[in-house]
Amino acid sequence: MKIAICVKQVPDSWAEKKMAGGLLDRDSVDAVLNDLDEYAVEEALRIVEAHSQDGANPITTTVISMGPERATDALRKALSMGVDEAILITDPALQGSDALATSAVLAKVISTEGFDLVFCGTESTDARMSVIPAMLAERLEYAQLTFAGVVTLDVASSTVSIDRMTDAGTEKIQAPLPAVVGVIEKINEPRYPSFKGIMAAKKKTIHSKSLSDYGINSAVVGSAGAWSSVEDALAMPARGAGIKVVDEGNGGNALVEFLAEKRIV
Amino acid sequence: MSSAMILIDYDNGSIAKSVGELATFASRVGEVTAVLFADEYQVLVDHLKAFPISKVIVVTGCNLNENTAGPIAKELSHLVSELEPSALLISSTAKGKEIAARVAVRTQSGIITDAIELSAELVATQSVFGGSTVVHSKVKHGTSIITLRPNSVEASQAGGPAELVVREAAASVGKETITSRTPTVSGGRPELSEASIIVSGGRGTNGDFSQVEALADVLGAAVGASRAATDAGWYPHSHQVGQTGKTVSPQLYVACGISGAIQHRAGMQTSKTIVAINKDPDAPIFELADFGVVGDLFSVLPQAVAGINSKKSS
Repeated sequence: MKIAICVKQVPDSWAEKKMAGGLLDRDSVDAVLNDLDEYAVEEALRIVEAHSQDGANPITTTVISMGPERATDALRKALSMGVDEAILITDPALQGSDALATSAVLAKVISTEGFDLVFCGTESTDARMSVIPAMLAERLEYAQLTFAGVVTLDVASSTVSIDRMTDAGTEKIQAPLPAVVGVIEKINEPRYPSFKGIMAAKKKTIHSKSLSDYGINSAVVGSAGAWSSVEDALAMPARGAGIKVVDEGNGGNALVEFLAEKRIV
Repeated sequence: MSSAMILIDYDNGSIAKSVGELATFASRVGEVTAVLFADEYQVLVDHLKAFPISKVIVVTGCNLNENTAGPIAKELSHLVSELEPSALLISSTAKGKEIAARVAVRTQSGIITDAIELSAELVATQSVFGGSTVVHSKVKHGTSIITLRPNSVEASQAGGPAELVVREAAASVGKETITSRTPTVSGGRPELSEASIIVSGGRGTNGDFSQVEALADVLGAAVGASRAATDAGWYPHSHQVGQTGKTVSPQLYVACGISGAIQHRAGMQTSKTIVAINKDPDAPIFELADFGVVGDLFSVLPQAVAGINSKKSS
């Protein structure tokens, strides 16, 4: 069985993000593996470990990303956690791709390489759209099992079951493979790469592929192929600091006065 | 003639608060057609007359809450292709975004998510990067599929004919089976994404949210939590405000024992009024706060609650 984990390299969430020419300025900040994708990597690794007794049906894991060359750093982190190998689709034409193009590229890779189970994080911390897993399921005609707080794979019956947890409530959902599984933060605690894992990762392969390797036309991706565009972006003025008091026995009362002035109480 | 289609969210026989908001945005664009995936629809349709909705298309045999996003998106895509609205507006809920995403793929349309404003010319406004940047975007291909953040507009009180058309879903079965459903029971407090006042607790609570809740209750507010608090298991993840939690923009946000690092700021810094209580005078949260108290929340909050209570009774 082949498991893929789709990941994205994003600006460090602790850094300030800015726009440049209608696109997110990725160059001027540190880049990391998207926080929420770590949970997806971790879940895939746990599934492999849970089925490690089954020698007849070995499970391999591959992390896939679409991004610039430096995205290899994010992939290397996943490899250090224990993923077997990585695929990076990189091409200058991809810059400025919208979610539709990203999902089309990822779907082409997944179907070409033949993955049975695809893990994703719920959203990236830069765009925060939360649409890629659903788009992948639609394009691949795979089952969509997203917002999973619990995932169980039954290899014998080739089915995946999840507990879907959203604001609307909890649902137990199951589907036959092949499937796209989106996981939420609550699902697990991602492991820190061990020293052994980091050393082993250096020997693992990151296959660097271009659009032509998958027969993807560059006209349908990137800014040129995007189906939405930014008209303008404005940096909001920083909030000015307001009143600050020290509690010397009347802090609570001062707060109430402030709220009363604002007509909140 | 411009027209806009909206997807109706509902549960337990009541339509969601977002319906009025979607109808209001949609009415700027043109004639509004609402799509309702329900079998017991009469009561719901009656409620829709309160909003500027011209037509309601009820699709039976594909209940919104009993089916996964796939089959709903398939049916909705048929309607979009048939009726060719200029825009399809859906509320930015987990399921709403997934339905919107799948319709975008099926109908070959651009998609913009979490818009907080939408003009008649379909320019969508988004507040991104933790509220530090405001972006105006447009869809350039196909139907403008836009998901709207809840609480972004005051719902119009103008009623409409809500002319009813009922059709049956083209028997599409999802690949997924929902084996059980436990809807969220709304507790006494407002929903975080809809609340106009939020009181949040962080590391400074040390696990004791009782004073945070006391202030929330006296203000009729929702309770939020920082990532530190939810990671420590002090409050459920569903209440997390921040980079990897919810983004909120209430009238008043009270941050108690929260340092105000980017992780948290990203989720609340566009709130109209921000109040902070923290023992550390150098906590970054004070840079954002309109009013800050340097002190122990366990002293400040009880005094504040008592003060608010006495104002109420006077």
